[in-house]
Amino acid sequence: MEPIISVKNVGMRFNLASEKVDNLKEYFIKLTKNSLKFEEFWALDDVSIDVMPGDFYGLVGLNGSGKSTLLKTIAGVLKPTKGSVTVRGTIAPLIELGAGFDMDLTARENIYLNGAVLGFSKKFMDEHFQEIVDFSELHNFLDVPLKNYSSGMVARIAFAIATVTDPDILIADEVLAVGDYTFQQKCEKRMKELIDNGTTVIFVSHSIEQVKSLCNKATWLEHGKVVMTGAAEEVCNEYMSRY
Amino acid sequence: MKNKIMNFWKYRFLLSNLIGRDLKVKYRRSKLGVMWSVLNPLLMMLVMTAVFSAFFSFDIPNYPVYLLSGQLLFTFFNDSTSAAMGSVLFSASLIKKVYVPKYIFPLEKSCFSFINMLFSMVALLFIMVITGAPFYASIVAATIPLFTMFLFCMGVGLFLSAGAVYFRDVMHFWSVIIMALNYATPIFYPETIWQGTFMAYVGRINPLYWYVSTFRDCVINGVFPSTLQITLCCAFAAIAVVVGAYVFNKSQDNFILHI
Repeated sequence: MEPIISVKNVGMRFNLASEKVDNLKEYFIKLTKNSLKFEEFWALDDVSIDVMPGDFYGLVGLNGSGKSTLLKTIAGVLKPTKGSVTVRGTIAPLIELGAGFDMDLTARENIYLNGAVLGFSKKFMDEHFQEIVDFSELHNFLDVPLKNYSSGMVARIAFAIATVTDPDILIADEVLAVGDYTFQQKCEKRMKELIDNGTTVIFVSHSIEQVKSLCNKATWLEHGKVVMTGAAEEVCNEYMSRY
Repeated sequence: MKNKIMNFWKYRFLLSNLIGRDLKVKYRRSKLGVMWSVLNPLLMMLVMTAVFSAFFSFDIPNYPVYLLSGQLLFTFFNDSTSAAMGSVLFSASLIKKVYVPKYIFPLEKSCFSFINMLFSMVALLFIMVITGAPFYASIVAATIPLFTMFLFCMGVGLFLSAGAVYFRDVMHFWSVIIMALNYATPIFYPETIWQGTFMAYVGRINPLYWYVSTFRDCVINGVFPSTLQITLCCAFAAIAVVVGAYVFNKSQDNFILHI
Protein backbone atom coordinates (compact mmCIF):
# COMPACT_ATOMS: atom_id res chain seq x y z
CA MET A 1 0.00 0.00 0.00
CA GLU A 2 1.20 3.51 -0.83
CA PRO A 3 1.68 5.91 2.04
CA ILE A 4 -0.89 8.70 2.02
CA ILE A 5 1.71 11.15 3.24
CA SER A 6 5.35 10.63 2.58
CA VAL A 7 7.88 13.03 3.96
CA LYS A 8 11.33 12.40 2.52
CA ASN A 9 14.53 13.86 3.96
CA VAL A 10 12.85 17.15 4.67
CA GLY A 11 14.96 20.03 5.91
CA MET A 12 13.53 23.40 6.78
CA ARG A 13 15.96 26.27 7.23
CA PHE A 14 15.22 29.57 8.86
CA ASN A 15 17.53 32.53 8.87
CA LEU A 16 17.98 33.74 12.38
CA ALA A 17 19.22 37.21 11.57
CA SER A 18 20.68 38.62 14.75
CA GLU A 19 19.13 41.95 13.80
CA LYS A 20 16.32 41.95 11.38
CA VAL A 21 17.27 43.79 8.21
CA ASP A 22 14.18 44.86 6.40
CA ASN A 23 15.05 48.14 4.84
CA LEU A 24 17.27 48.92 1.93
CA LYS A 25 19.59 51.34 3.68
CA GLU A 26 20.60 48.85 6.33
CA TYR A 27 20.84 46.15 3.72
CA PHE A 28 23.33 48.07 1.62
CA ILE A 29 25.34 49.27 4.58
CA LYS A 30 25.65 45.71 5.79
CA LEU A 31 26.32 44.46 2.30
CA THR A 32 29.22 46.85 1.79
CA LYS A 33 30.61 46.11 5.21
CA ASN A 34 30.20 42.48 4.34
CA SER A 35 28.47 41.85 7.62
CA LEU A 36 25.26 40.54 6.14
CA LYS A 37 25.44 37.21 7.87
CA PHE A 38 22.55 35.06 8.77
CA GLU A 39 22.70 32.52 11.45
CA GLU A 40 21.21 29.40 10.00
CA PHE A 41 18.77 27.39 11.97
CA TRP A 42 17.39 24.09 10.84
CA ALA A 43 13.92 23.69 12.31
CA LEU A 44 13.73 20.32 10.56
CA ASP A 45 16.75 18.29 9.61
CA ASP A 46 16.52 15.23 7.42
CA VAL A 47 13.09 14.19 8.63
CA SER A 48 11.42 11.27 6.94
CA ILE A 49 8.10 9.76 7.89
CA ASP A 50 5.52 7.69 6.06
CA VAL A 51 1.90 7.78 7.07
CA MET A 52 -0.32 4.99 5.82
CA PRO A 53 -4.01 5.42 5.05
CA GLY A 54 -6.06 4.89 8.19
CA ASP A 55 -3.18 5.63 10.55
CA PHE A 56 -3.65 7.68 13.67
CA TYR A 57 -0.21 9.15 13.74
CA GLY A 58 1.17 10.93 16.78
CA LEU A 59 4.00 13.45 16.96
CA VAL A 60 5.68 13.94 20.29
CA GLY A 61 8.51 16.16 21.41
CA LEU A 62 9.32 19.17 23.52
CA ASN A 63 8.47 22.74 22.63
CA GLY A 64 10.52 23.86 19.66
CA SER A 65 11.30 20.36 18.50
CA GLY A 66 9.77 21.02 15.07
CA LYS A 67 6.36 19.39 15.42
CA SER A 68 4.36 22.36 14.20
CA THR A 69 6.87 23.10 11.45
CA LEU A 70 6.48 19.55 10.22
CA LEU A 71 2.69 19.87 10.23
CA LYS A 72 2.95 23.12 8.31
CA THR A 73 5.13 21.59 5.63
CA ILE A 74 2.61 18.77 5.26
CA ALA A 75 -0.26 21.25 5.06
CA GLY A 76 1.58 23.18 2.34
CA VAL A 77 1.97 26.38 4.34
CA LEU A 78 5.75 26.07 4.37
CA LYS A 79 7.78 24.83 1.48
CA PRO A 80 10.69 22.69 2.67
CA THR A 81 14.19 23.93 1.94
CA LYS A 82 15.31 20.39 1.16
CA GLY A 83 13.58 17.13 0.49
CA SER A 84 10.02 16.55 -0.58
CA VAL A 85 6.56 16.13 0.87
CA THR A 86 4.02 14.12 -1.09
CA VAL A 87 0.40 14.12 -0.02
CA ARG A 88 -2.17 11.93 -1.73
CA GLY A 89 -5.52 13.26 -0.71
CA THR A 90 -7.37 16.23 0.71
CA ILE A 91 -6.28 17.80 3.95
CA ALA A 92 -8.37 19.46 6.63
CA PRO A 93 -5.87 21.49 8.63
CA LEU A 94 -6.90 22.08 12.19
CA ILE A 95 -3.63 23.83 12.88
CA GLU A 96 -4.86 27.31 13.51
CA LEU A 97 -8.59 27.53 13.51
CA GLY A 98 -10.37 30.46 11.97
CA ALA A 99 -7.59 31.68 9.74
CA GLY A 100 -8.91 34.51 7.62
CA PHE A 101 -11.81 35.48 9.81
CA ASP A 102 -12.57 39.16 9.47
CA MET A 103 -13.84 40.48 12.75
CA ASP A 104 -15.83 43.26 11.07
CA LEU A 105 -17.92 40.86 9.05
CA THR A 106 -20.86 38.87 10.34
CA ALA A 107 -20.71 35.19 11.15
CA ARG A 108 -22.64 34.37 7.99
CA GLU A 109 -20.13 36.23 5.82
CA ASN A 110 -17.22 34.74 7.70
CA ILE A 111 -18.41 31.19 7.18
CA TYR A 112 -18.26 31.75 3.44
CA LEU A 113 -14.95 33.59 3.65
CA ASN A 114 -13.27 30.93 5.76
CA GLY A 115 -14.69 28.20 3.55
CA ALA A 116 -13.16 29.96 0.56
CA VAL A 117 -9.82 30.20 2.35
CA LEU A 118 -9.91 26.44 2.85
CA GLY A 119 -10.49 26.03 -0.88
CA PHE A 120 -14.17 25.08 -0.87
CA SER A 121 -16.41 26.13 -3.74
CA LYS A 122 -19.49 28.32 -3.44
CA LYS A 123 -21.77 25.40 -4.26
CA PHE A 124 -20.20 23.30 -1.54
CA MET A 125 -20.63 26.06 1.01
CA ASP A 126 -24.25 26.62 0.04
CA GLU A 127 -24.95 22.95 0.51
CA HIS A 128 -23.23 22.69 3.87
CA PHE A 129 -24.06 26.07 5.34
CA GLN A 130 -26.91 24.75 7.47
CA GLU A 131 -24.79 21.86 8.69
CA ILE A 132 -22.11 24.27 9.90
CA VAL A 133 -24.65 26.47 11.65
CA ASP A 134 -26.28 23.49 13.30
CA PHE A 135 -22.99 22.11 14.49
CA SER A 136 -21.79 25.39 15.96
CA GLU A 137 -25.22 26.10 17.53
CA LEU A 138 -25.12 29.79 16.73
CA HIS A 139 -28.44 30.19 14.95
CA ASN A 140 -29.42 33.41 16.70
CA PHE A 141 -26.15 35.20 16.13
CA LEU A 142 -25.59 34.67 12.43
CA ASP A 143 -25.85 38.33 11.50
CA VAL A 144 -23.79 39.69 14.33
CA PRO A 145 -20.26 40.92 13.55
CA LEU A 146 -17.69 38.46 14.74
CA LYS A 147 -15.97 41.00 16.98
CA ASN A 148 -18.95 40.77 19.32
CA TYR A 149 -18.45 37.03 19.74
CA SER A 150 -16.66 35.36 22.58
CA SER A 151 -13.52 33.46 21.67
CA GLY A 152 -15.25 30.17 22.41
CA MET A 153 -17.99 30.97 19.94
CA VAL A 154 -15.45 31.88 17.26
CA ALA A 155 -13.65 28.59 17.82
CA ARG A 156 -16.91 26.69 17.44
CA ILE A 157 -17.59 28.11 14.01
CA ALA A 158 -13.99 27.55 12.97
CA PHE A 159 -14.08 23.91 14.00
CA ALA A 160 -17.41 23.39 12.29
CA ILE A 161 -16.13 24.80 9.00
CA ALA A 162 -12.83 22.95 9.07
CA THR A 163 -14.45 19.56 9.63
CA VAL A 164 -17.42 19.94 7.32
CA THR A 165 -15.67 17.99 4.58
CA ASP A 166 -14.83 14.35 4.77
CA PRO A 167 -11.12 14.90 4.34
CA ASP A 168 -8.66 12.12 3.63
CA ILE A 169 -6.28 13.58 6.18
CA LEU A 170 -6.93 15.51 9.33
CA ILE A 171 -4.10 17.51 10.86
CA ALA A 172 -4.80 18.27 14.48
CA ASP A 173 -2.49 20.44 16.53
CA GLU A 174 -3.94 20.41 20.02
CA VAL A 175 -7.12 22.07 18.93
CA LEU A 176 -9.48 20.14 21.07
CA ALA A 177 -9.03 22.48 23.97
CA VAL A 178 -11.64 24.91 22.65
CA GLY A 179 -15.09 25.72 23.86
CA ASP A 180 -16.90 24.44 26.88
CA TYR A 181 -17.10 20.85 28.04
CA THR A 182 -20.13 19.85 25.97
CA PHE A 183 -18.62 21.35 22.84
CA GLN A 184 -15.35 19.53 23.42
CA GLN A 185 -17.27 16.30 23.63
CA LYS A 186 -18.96 17.18 20.38
CA CYS A 187 -15.62 17.86 18.71
CA GLU A 188 -14.23 14.55 19.88
CA LYS A 189 -17.31 12.79 18.59
CA ARG A 190 -16.93 14.44 15.20
CA MET A 191 -13.25 13.44 15.06
CA LYS A 192 -14.18 9.86 15.91
CA GLU A 193 -16.75 9.88 13.11
CA LEU A 194 -14.14 11.03 10.64
CA ILE A 195 -11.71 8.37 11.78
CA ASP A 196 -14.34 5.67 11.50
CA ASN A 197 -14.92 6.80 7.93
CA GLY A 198 -11.27 6.06 7.22
CA THR A 199 -9.69 9.48 7.66
CA THR A 200 -6.01 9.47 8.42
CA VAL A 201 -5.06 11.66 11.35
CA ILE A 202 -1.84 13.36 12.31
CA PHE A 203 -1.98 14.45 15.86
CA VAL A 204 0.26 16.61 18.00
CA SER A 205 -0.15 16.65 21.70
CA HIS A 206 1.83 17.23 24.84
CA SER A 207 -0.34 14.77 26.65
CA ILE A 208 1.54 11.50 26.28
CA GLU A 209 -1.42 9.60 27.68
CA GLN A 210 -3.61 10.93 24.91
CA VAL A 211 -1.11 9.94 22.24
CA LYS A 212 -0.74 6.50 23.76
CA SER A 213 -4.46 5.85 23.89
CA LEU A 214 -5.39 7.34 20.50
CA CYS A 215 -2.48 6.70 18.16
CA ASN A 216 -1.19 3.52 16.60
CA LYS A 217 2.07 5.00 15.34
CA ALA A 218 4.22 7.84 16.56
CA THR A 219 7.36 9.78 15.83
CA TRP A 220 9.47 11.50 18.43
CA LEU A 221 11.19 14.68 17.31
CA GLU A 222 13.98 16.51 19.03
CA HIS A 223 15.74 19.63 17.74
CA GLY A 224 14.28 19.01 14.32
CA LYS A 225 15.57 15.47 14.08
CA VAL A 226 13.72 12.20 14.31
CA VAL A 227 14.77 10.36 17.44
CA MET A 228 12.49 7.41 17.05
CA THR A 229 9.60 6.17 14.93
CA GLY A 230 7.47 3.16 15.67
CA ALA A 231 4.41 1.88 17.48
CA ALA A 232 2.91 4.62 19.61
CA GLU A 233 3.18 2.61 22.79
CA GLU A 234 6.93 2.02 22.42
CA VAL A 235 7.76 5.54 21.35
CA CYS A 236 5.79 7.01 24.24
CA ASN A 237 7.39 4.73 26.79
CA GLU A 238 10.84 5.58 25.52
CA TYR A 239 9.99 9.28 25.50
CA MET A 240 8.64 9.11 29.04
CA SER A 241 11.67 7.29 30.34
CA ARG A 242 13.90 10.04 28.96
CA TYR A 243 12.17 12.87 30.78
CA MET B 1 1.32 25.30 -15.57
CA LYS B 2 -1.84 23.24 -15.94
CA ASN B 3 -1.79 22.59 -12.20
CA LYS B 4 -1.53 26.31 -11.53
CA ILE B 5 -4.56 27.04 -13.64
CA MET B 6 -6.51 24.25 -11.95
CA ASN B 7 -5.47 25.64 -8.60
CA PHE B 8 -6.57 29.12 -9.56
CA TRP B 9 -9.92 27.76 -10.65
CA LYS B 10 -10.29 26.04 -7.28
CA TYR B 11 -9.64 29.29 -5.43
CA ARG B 12 -11.81 31.58 -7.58
CA PHE B 13 -14.43 31.53 -4.86
CA LEU B 14 -11.83 32.93 -2.47
CA LEU B 15 -11.08 35.71 -4.93
CA SER B 16 -14.72 36.71 -5.21
CA ASN B 17 -15.15 36.44 -1.46
CA LEU B 18 -12.20 38.72 -0.76
CA ILE B 19 -13.50 41.27 -3.25
CA GLY B 20 -16.90 41.09 -1.57
CA ARG B 21 -15.29 41.57 1.81
CA ASP B 22 -13.39 44.64 0.65
CA LEU B 23 -16.54 46.17 -0.78
CA LYS B 24 -18.47 45.53 2.42
CA VAL B 25 -15.74 46.81 4.69
CA LYS B 26 -15.09 49.89 2.55
CA TYR B 27 -18.67 51.13 2.62
CA ARG B 28 -19.67 49.82 6.02
CA ARG B 29 -21.69 52.31 8.01
CA SER B 30 -21.66 54.96 5.33
CA LYS B 31 -25.17 56.08 4.44
CA LEU B 32 -24.44 56.55 0.75
CA GLY B 33 -22.41 53.36 0.47
CA VAL B 34 -21.22 52.55 -3.00
CA MET B 35 -22.54 55.92 -4.20
CA TRP B 36 -19.28 57.31 -2.88
CA SER B 37 -17.45 55.65 -5.75
CA VAL B 38 -19.34 58.04 -8.02
CA LEU B 39 -19.55 61.00 -5.70
CA ASN B 40 -15.92 61.06 -4.68
CA PRO B 41 -14.39 61.55 -8.15
CA LEU B 42 -17.19 63.97 -8.96
CA LEU B 43 -16.41 66.19 -6.00
CA MET B 44 -12.67 65.95 -6.58
CA MET B 45 -13.24 66.93 -10.17
CA LEU B 46 -15.28 69.97 -9.09
CA VAL B 47 -12.52 71.15 -6.81
CA MET B 48 -9.82 70.66 -9.41
CA THR B 49 -11.89 72.27 -12.11
CA ALA B 50 -12.37 75.28 -9.90
CA VAL B 51 -8.63 75.49 -9.35
CA PHE B 52 -7.23 74.66 -12.79
CA SER B 53 -9.83 75.50 -15.41
CA ALA B 54 -8.70 79.14 -15.41
CA PHE B 55 -5.22 78.01 -16.52
CA PHE B 56 -6.01 75.31 -19.01
CA SER B 57 -9.55 75.65 -20.27
CA PHE B 58 -8.51 77.72 -23.32
CA ASP B 59 -6.72 74.66 -24.67
CA ILE B 60 -9.33 72.10 -23.77
CA PRO B 61 -12.89 72.43 -25.02
CA ASN B 62 -14.57 70.40 -22.29
CA TYR B 63 -12.31 70.67 -19.28
CA PRO B 64 -14.47 68.74 -16.74
CA VAL B 65 -14.68 65.67 -18.99
CA TYR B 66 -10.99 65.90 -19.89
CA LEU B 67 -9.98 66.13 -16.25
CA LEU B 68 -12.33 63.46 -14.98
CA SER B 69 -11.33 60.90 -17.61
CA GLY B 70 -7.66 61.27 -16.76
CA GLN B 71 -8.27 61.38 -13.06
CA LEU B 72 -10.37 58.19 -13.00
CA LEU B 73 -7.64 56.22 -14.69
CA PHE B 74 -4.90 57.64 -12.54
CA THR B 75 -6.86 57.00 -9.36
CA PHE B 76 -7.28 53.42 -10.49
CA PHE B 77 -3.54 53.09 -11.01
CA ASN B 78 -2.82 54.63 -7.63
CA ASP B 79 -5.43 52.63 -5.71
CA SER B 80 -4.67 49.27 -7.27
CA THR B 81 -0.89 49.42 -7.03
CA SER B 82 -0.83 50.90 -3.53
CA ALA B 83 -3.34 48.38 -2.21
CA ALA B 84 -1.67 45.46 -3.95
CA MET B 85 1.71 46.51 -2.55
CA GLY B 86 0.70 45.94 1.06
CA SER B 87 -1.64 43.05 0.36
CA VAL B 88 0.78 40.22 1.07
CA LEU B 89 2.07 41.86 4.23
CA PHE B 90 -1.41 42.54 5.54
CA SER B 91 -2.45 38.96 4.88
CA ALA B 92 0.49 37.67 6.89
CA SER B 93 -1.69 36.06 9.53
CA LEU B 94 -3.48 34.07 6.86
CA ILE B 95 -0.40 33.10 4.88
CA LYS B 96 1.27 31.79 8.02
CA LYS B 97 -1.62 29.54 8.88
CA VAL B 98 -3.16 27.96 5.82
CA TYR B 99 -2.12 27.24 2.28
CA VAL B 100 -3.63 29.68 -0.20
CA PRO B 101 -2.08 30.74 -3.50
CA LYS B 102 -0.36 33.95 -2.46
CA TYR B 103 -0.88 35.85 -5.69
CA ILE B 104 -4.58 35.89 -4.82
CA PHE B 105 -3.97 38.86 -2.53
CA PRO B 106 -2.40 41.36 -4.96
CA LEU B 107 -4.69 40.07 -7.71
CA GLU B 108 -7.72 40.69 -5.54
CA LYS B 109 -6.69 44.28 -4.89
CA SER B 110 -6.28 44.92 -8.61
CA CYS B 111 -9.72 43.47 -9.31
CA PHE B 112 -11.29 45.39 -6.45
CA SER B 113 -9.85 48.71 -7.64
CA PHE B 114 -10.90 47.94 -11.19
CA ILE B 115 -14.49 47.29 -10.11
CA ASN B 116 -14.40 50.50 -8.14
CA MET B 117 -13.25 52.39 -11.21
CA LEU B 118 -16.07 50.90 -13.27
CA PHE B 119 -18.53 52.26 -10.70
CA SER B 120 -16.81 55.62 -10.93
CA MET B 121 -17.25 55.63 -14.71
CA VAL B 122 -20.88 56.51 -13.98
CA ALA B 123 -19.59 59.90 -12.85
CA LEU B 124 -17.88 60.40 -16.20
CA LEU B 125 -20.99 59.46 -18.17
CA PHE B 126 -23.01 61.77 -15.94
CA ILE B 127 -20.72 64.72 -16.57
CA MET B 128 -20.67 63.99 -20.29
CA VAL B 129 -24.45 64.17 -20.39
CA ILE B 130 -24.57 67.32 -18.25
CA THR B 131 -22.01 69.17 -20.36
CA GLY B 132 -23.59 68.01 -23.59
CA ALA B 133 -20.48 66.17 -24.75
CA PRO B 134 -21.04 64.08 -27.89
CA PHE B 135 -21.04 60.29 -27.63
CA TYR B 136 -19.05 58.57 -30.36
CA ALA B 137 -19.12 54.97 -31.49
CA SER B 138 -15.45 54.75 -30.57
CA ILE B 139 -16.42 54.77 -26.89
CA VAL B 140 -16.78 51.01 -27.23
CA ALA B 141 -13.07 50.78 -28.04
CA ALA B 142 -12.29 52.34 -24.65
CA THR B 143 -12.39 48.79 -23.32
CA ILE B 144 -8.98 48.24 -24.96
CA PRO B 145 -7.02 50.80 -22.90
CA LEU B 146 -9.06 49.90 -19.81
CA PHE B 147 -8.41 46.19 -20.02
CA THR B 148 -4.72 46.48 -20.91
CA MET B 149 -4.31 49.01 -18.14
CA PHE B 150 -5.87 46.53 -15.71
CA LEU B 151 -3.25 43.98 -16.72
CA PHE B 152 -0.53 46.60 -16.40
CA CYS B 153 -1.63 47.52 -12.87
CA MET B 154 -1.87 43.86 -11.96
CA GLY B 155 1.72 43.25 -13.05
CA VAL B 156 3.00 46.30 -11.19
CA GLY B 157 1.00 45.22 -8.13
CA LEU B 158 2.53 41.73 -8.15
CA PHE B 159 6.01 43.20 -8.40
CA LEU B 160 5.43 45.71 -5.61
CA SER B 161 3.77 43.25 -3.26
CA ALA B 162 6.75 40.91 -3.50
CA GLY B 163 9.18 43.80 -3.12
CA ALA B 164 7.45 45.19 -0.05
CA VAL B 165 7.83 41.87 1.74
CA TYR B 166 11.60 42.10 1.56
CA PHE B 167 12.04 45.84 1.82
CA ARG B 168 9.43 47.96 3.53
CA ASP B 169 11.13 50.95 1.90
CA VAL B 170 9.23 50.16 -1.25
CA MET B 171 6.07 51.37 0.43
CA HIS B 172 7.54 54.76 1.28
CA PHE B 173 9.22 55.16 -2.04
CA TRP B 174 6.17 54.29 -4.06
CA SER B 175 4.20 57.29 -2.84
CA VAL B 176 6.93 59.52 -4.29
CA ILE B 177 6.78 57.68 -7.61
CA ILE B 178 3.01 58.07 -7.64
CA MET B 179 3.32 61.80 -7.13
CA ALA B 180 5.93 62.10 -9.87
CA LEU B 181 3.73 60.14 -12.27
CA ASN B 182 0.76 62.27 -11.36
CA TYR B 183 2.59 65.35 -12.59
CA ALA B 184 4.26 63.59 -15.50
CA THR B 185 0.97 62.43 -16.98
CA PRO B 186 -1.31 64.94 -18.69
CA ILE B 187 -4.23 64.60 -16.31
CA PHE B 188 -5.21 68.12 -15.35
CA TYR B 189 -3.10 69.91 -17.97
CA PRO B 190 -3.13 69.57 -21.77
CA GLU B 191 -0.33 67.73 -23.49
CA THR B 192 0.44 70.90 -25.44
CA ILE B 193 2.22 72.50 -22.48
CA TRP B 194 5.02 69.99 -22.98
CA GLN B 195 6.04 71.76 -26.19
CA GLY B 196 9.56 73.12 -26.01
CA THR B 197 10.41 71.38 -22.74
CA PHE B 198 12.30 68.15 -22.14
CA MET B 199 8.95 66.52 -21.38
CA ALA B 200 8.22 66.60 -25.11
CA TYR B 201 10.89 63.91 -25.40
CA VAL B 202 10.57 61.86 -22.23
CA GLY B 203 6.87 62.27 -21.47
CA ARG B 204 5.87 59.52 -23.80
CA ILE B 205 8.00 56.89 -22.12
CA ASN B 206 5.44 56.88 -19.35
CA PRO B 207 2.99 53.97 -19.86
CA LEU B 208 0.24 55.90 -18.12
CA TYR B 209 0.47 58.56 -20.81
CA TRP B 210 -0.54 55.95 -23.38
CA TYR B 211 -3.40 54.50 -21.39
CA VAL B 212 -4.84 57.91 -20.58
CA SER B 213 -4.44 59.39 -24.05
CA THR B 214 -5.82 56.29 -25.78
CA PHE B 215 -8.78 56.30 -23.44
CA ARG B 216 -9.44 59.97 -24.13
CA ASP B 217 -9.19 59.44 -27.88
CA CYS B 218 -11.88 56.79 -27.66
CA VAL B 219 -14.22 58.63 -25.31
CA ILE B 220 -13.72 62.34 -25.96
CA ASN B 221 -12.20 62.70 -29.41
CA GLY B 222 -14.18 59.98 -31.13
CA VAL B 223 -11.08 58.39 -32.59
CA PHE B 224 -10.50 54.67 -32.66
CA PRO B 225 -7.11 53.73 -31.21
CA SER B 226 -4.26 53.59 -33.69
CA THR B 227 -2.12 50.52 -34.22
CA LEU B 228 0.70 52.22 -32.36
CA GLN B 229 -1.54 52.93 -29.39
CA ILE B 230 -2.89 49.39 -29.24
CA THR B 231 0.57 47.90 -29.61
CA LEU B 232 2.04 50.04 -26.84
CA CYS B 233 -0.90 49.48 -24.48
CA CYS B 234 -0.55 45.72 -24.93
CA ALA B 235 3.24 45.79 -24.75
CA PHE B 236 3.36 47.69 -21.46
CA ALA B 237 0.75 45.34 -20.02
CA ALA B 238 2.64 42.26 -21.19
CA ILE B 239 5.96 43.48 -19.81
CA ALA B 240 4.43 44.36 -16.45
CA VAL B 241 2.63 41.02 -16.13
CA VAL B 242 5.62 38.94 -17.16
CA VAL B 243 8.09 40.76 -14.91
CA GLY B 244 5.64 40.96 -12.01
CA ALA B 245 4.64 37.30 -12.22
CA TYR B 246 8.26 36.19 -12.58
CA VAL B 247 9.49 38.15 -9.56
CA PHE B 248 6.51 37.13 -7.47
CA ASN B 249 6.82 33.48 -8.37
CA LYS B 250 10.56 33.41 -7.68
CA SER B 251 10.26 34.98 -4.27
CA GLN B 252 6.97 33.70 -2.90
CA ASP B 253 8.32 30.60 -1.17
CA ASN B 254 10.39 32.78 1.13
CA PHE B 255 7.63 35.25 1.96
CA ILE B 256 6.75 33.40 5.09
CA LEU B 257 10.21 33.99 6.54
CA HIS B 258 9.90 37.76 6.15
CA ILE B 259 6.33 38.61 7.06
